[in-house]
Amino acid sequence: MTSTVRVLLPAHLRLLAKCGGEVPLEIEGPVTQCAVLDALETQFPMLVGTIRDRETKRRRAFVRFFACEEDLSNEPIAAPLPDKVACGEELFMVIGALAGG
Amino acid sequence: MSQVRVLVGTRKGAFVLTSDAKREKWHVDGPHFAGWEIFHVKGSPVNPERLYASQHTEWFGQLIQRSDDGGKTWEPVDNKFAYDGTTGTHLWYDGTPHPWEFKRVWHIEPSLSEPDTVYAGVEDAALFRSTDGGKSWHELTGLRGHGSGKYWQPGAGGMCLHTIILDPTNPQRIIVAISAAGAFRSDDGGKSWKPINNGLKSPYVLPDPDAAVGHCVHRIAMHPARPNVLFMQKHWDVMRSDDAGDNWVDVGESLPSDFGFPIDVHSHEPETVYVVPIKSDSEHYPPDGKLRVYRSRTGGNDWEALTNGLPQKNCYVNVLRNAMCVDKLDPCGVYFGTTGGQVYGSPDGGDHWIPLVRDLPAVLSVEVQSLS
Repeated sequence: MTSTVRVLLPAHLRLLAKCGGEVPLEIEGPVTQCAVLDALETQFPMLVGTIRDRETKRRRAFVRFFACEEDLSNEPIAAPLPDKVACGEELFMVIGALAGG
Repeated sequence: MSQVRVLVGTRKGAFVLTSDAKREKWHVDGPHFAGWEIFHVKGSPVNPERLYASQHTEWFGQLIQRSDDGGKTWEPVDNKFAYDGTTGTHLWYDGTPHPWEFKRVWHIEPSLSEPDTVYAGVEDAALFRSTDGGKSWHELTGLRGHGSGKYWQPGAGGMCLHTIILDPTNPQRIIVAISAAGAFRSDDGGKSWKPINNGLKSPYVLPDPDAAVGHCVHRIAMHPARPNVLFMQKHWDVMRSDDAGDNWVDVGESLPSDFGFPIDVHSHEPETVYVVPIKSDSEHYPPDGKLRVYRSRTGGNDWEALTNGLPQKNCYVNVLRNAMCVDKLDPCGVYFGTTGGQVYGSPDGGDHWIPLVRDLPAVLSVEVQSLS
């Protein structure tokens, strides 16, 4: 089964990937954080290492994931994302943490 | 007509400054990579249109950007800096073992002969090399694997490899410097390394002030025509070596402060050296609020203050280790950037200074290309 997920990137990563704020991604199989980021990095290889560690797949400390008004940053990477994200109704948002600078 | 291109890395982006050979009027292009820390930008001596930039934020990590048109456009290349083999530990600030962790690239040094070969000095300290224009990076493990690695300790700015010097007369010779481990030299193209810190003294910092490793070297400079002569700005002390680093002597005693970060050598006068004395340990701004470059025309010991055009009151900026350079024109141009966002240049070896640009973000690095 293929799902179309809408991902919102922060400005720094939009500039890097030379893409718009909202990126549509085709996901085969279960829609998880890991599957979404895998698809994102496949489409935009320059983003590898910028959102999560390239080896461990752990989220970078100052990156957060939000969807459906929930902070999903600390959810297991293989856990299913909310249905509204999986069907494209709600955005999966990658956000730079508010940490000064 | 020659042109000059100054490559400026700042806390919030990169800027490219260009001028003709008079070096009086400057065009400012940027910011490139707005909002990102640009630790270093440097061009290939073989192909001056080939530039490399180290791009970083705490949020999104490390990237390396490459330009093949002199900085007009950029493309990200590989950002995988994976330590090779067993990672091991170095000392943490409290003296306990701490695992090596990659944080950022401090310094990029393109090869003197191959446009696709480039070196990267990283934090935690290690040396990487790419032979495909930055598309892949491989660690030169002999440095970190040197037996002293477990005793290296970070300075206040992190445990960074910030200086890479390639010997133009001997492709096998590479010199690097690490805060706070010291200086190291390879005579076999980076396979094996030895510490070259004899003569450095770090009282109140190290249990043994004459230790073989552990010294906080801030920067080393070499004149390409005389590669055995090195000049070093250490945390404290300005040092000189006449035997490629095997032995060092103090040549900075008469400076108002022998603390500082950058050091460089005049492009046509191998005995003419530049430093920017800074008050320390805690202030990190110029003594007396006067921004003064000091020049020695005798290879050290005798220094003169260069002040013409530089602020001589109420100036409390710093000049970081990668933020000074010289061009190859005649007369030699000297450039430096400050944490206050000014980039100063002198078209006459330091006698007169003008601000090339005044209000950039804090300047992390300044490099210059002399273009024909």
